[in-house]
Amino acid sequence: MSGRIHISREVVLGGAMLVLLGLIATRFPAFVEPGNLANVFNDTAPLIILALGQMAVILTRCIDLSVAANLALTGMVAAMINTAMPDLPIPLILLVAVSLGVAMGLVNGLLVWRLSIPPIVVTLGTMTIYRGIIFLISDGRWINAHQMSDSFKAFPRQVLLGLPVLSWIGILAVIAIFILITRTPLGRAFYAVGGNPNAAQYAGINSGFTQCAAFVLSGALAGLTGYLWVARYAVAYVDIAGGFELDVVAACVIGGISIAGGAGSVAGAVLGALFLGIIKNALPVINISPFWQLAISGSAILIAVAVNVTQNRPKGRVILKKAEHAV
Amino acid sequence: MTSVAQTQASDQIPQGRQIPDRLRTPMQRALASWETLLLVVFALVFCINSFASPYFLDPWNLSDATFNFTEKAMIAFAMALLIISGEIDLSVASIIALASTAMGLAVQMGADTPALVGIGLLTGLLCGAVNGALITGLGLPSIVVTIGTMSLFRGISYIVLGDKAFTGYPDSFSWFGQGYVWWVFSFELVLFCLLAVAFGILLHATAFGRSVYAIGNNDVAALFSGIRVPRIKFGLFLLTGLMSGLAAVCLTSRLGATRPSIASGMELEVVTMVVLGGVNILGGSGSIAGVVIAALVMGLVTFGFGLLNVPGIVMSIFIGILLIAVIALPRLARRFFPRRAAS
Repeated sequence: MSGRIHISREVVLGGAMLVLLGLIATRFPAFVEPGNLANVFNDTAPLIILALGQMAVILTRCIDLSVAANLALTGMVAAMINTAMPDLPIPLILLVAVSLGVAMGLVNGLLVWRLSIPPIVVTLGTMTIYRGIIFLISDGRWINAHQMSDSFKAFPRQVLLGLPVLSWIGILAVIAIFILITRTPLGRAFYAVGGNPNAAQYAGINSGFTQCAAFVLSGALAGLTGYLWVARYAVAYVDIAGGFELDVVAACVIGGISIAGGAGSVAGAVLGALFLGIIKNALPVINISPFWQLAISGSAILIAVAVNVTQNRPKGRVILKKAEHAV
Repeated sequence: MTSVAQTQASDQIPQGRQIPDRLRTPMQRALASWETLLLVVFALVFCINSFASPYFLDPWNLSDATFNFTEKAMIAFAMALLIISGEIDLSVASIIALASTAMGLAVQMGADTPALVGIGLLTGLLCGAVNGALITGLGLPSIVVTIGTMSLFRGISYIVLGDKAFTGYPDSFSWFGQGYVWWVFSFELVLFCLLAVAFGILLHATAFGRSVYAIGNNDVAALFSGIRVPRIKFGLFLLTGLMSGLAAVCLTSRLGATRPSIASGMELEVVTMVVLGGVNILGGSGSIAGVVIAALVMGLVTFGFGLLNVPGIVMSIFIGILLIAVIALPRLARRFFPRRAAS
């Protein structure tokens, strides 16, 4: 990169977000008021939490398409437990949700680690299996607001120091994952395995185990979000968060996390998620039908991945580059 | 994906390649193949179904059962070539949605049947070209690109249709999905057979097919030996798009309506069909015969479940398990019976 000013991905993305907010503000100044921005952040918190887990998975050259199904299944189980035992304290429900998420992440991780099945196939399969299980345990029925206890629904909405608990959990998750990724051996291992699995193996890192750990992390965060999601929207059914895994992958790709593994940052994932969150919240304000959202996420993935590749393309002879890619 | 497999391989102590004392005879090889195993499964499912339900062995019922797989199989043939070459296309179901939406729009403008078919096929081809251009032109990984186009193509259908549906297709258009060529042989079934033969020849008896295997085994070596790798990959994405367009024509004609959620989740079934057919998900090996039998097996199993009143979402659990199991079982077998894997 000699002779060129290197502007980091995060700065570009942050700038783009400010421009976007500025454009919206010229027409609708109410959108950028602090109160509304806090709402947008709260609304985006689930996406941020899931993007953090997905980031760890993508860093190790894998992909987790089962996050939304994991979220929906944990949410349904949490809601069913609450309906059956309304007096169960919230921390216990959180514990159950996270454990269940971990278990589902572990299934993905073990299939990838012990049986070397490509992650895309594993999670494409478990995505439908987890969704199907929701139908089996719920018989296709909905669990509505009146069946849930008040404390169950109130937890993510409680306001602490001016922000709802959901936002605080999002902020805590960002801090925790930041420490995990940048300050622990496991975080280093994520990058090492994604950068070059063979070299990581020779350096004494168990690549398969590291990938499995990433899936467990993604599963745990999906489980946590499952309860928060169901409690916040006060409804649980088979199709909640349908297709949300695409938004999560989009947030990571927009945030500059390289799908080839080994490159990306927590700040990137958070900014990618916020970018999508702002677009999602701005659409109804600027009077565009919500049906546009799917196409916008899709285009965002394509543009981001194209920009990533053209930016990171190493200079050199074409044939040598090809050969390096194939390794 | 290849890198993951290599990582795991390096766990084990490298062994010298074993050379068997004598090669198997062609007869033994044929008996031990994945296709034979599938045929046995097919026969078993057929027998179980005929015992489980008295309605199963009726020619018209069996003919109805073929609609369970014909459209998916059309895409699966092209997808098999794509996966053998080491790529994948997850946007096929969304291409169906977009092609179907385009046909619906054309109907509103008063297009006749031949024009509708042309528009369906052309939309599919165009979507395939978008995928192919992004993947071979810019050198992007096919998984991410097709995840992106998967939401983009279906997203466009949602923009056009919202929560509405297109209906009012001309009567003559319904022949593609509901018409019969002769007796119980529907147009779709005949098309399926013709395409099976055509794809079999394309993959197993042409230079193009050879190149597809070569690319899947080692695309750098293929490039060095003079195969135009990007051009062939682009062609394969075009072909997959075209087949998705064809499937869109048949499906729209059969349903007689277009909703943006049409064919949702079908990419999973198509990939499962291909993998069940013995195509290596990492590329490099597989046969059309395997995909044909896999299509028949999946069609029969779905039909059997349908006769037993099993809901669709339970069938999708089964397909998810099937997808993982067909890849996991040979790997487990190799772990417990390492000698067999050497041959």
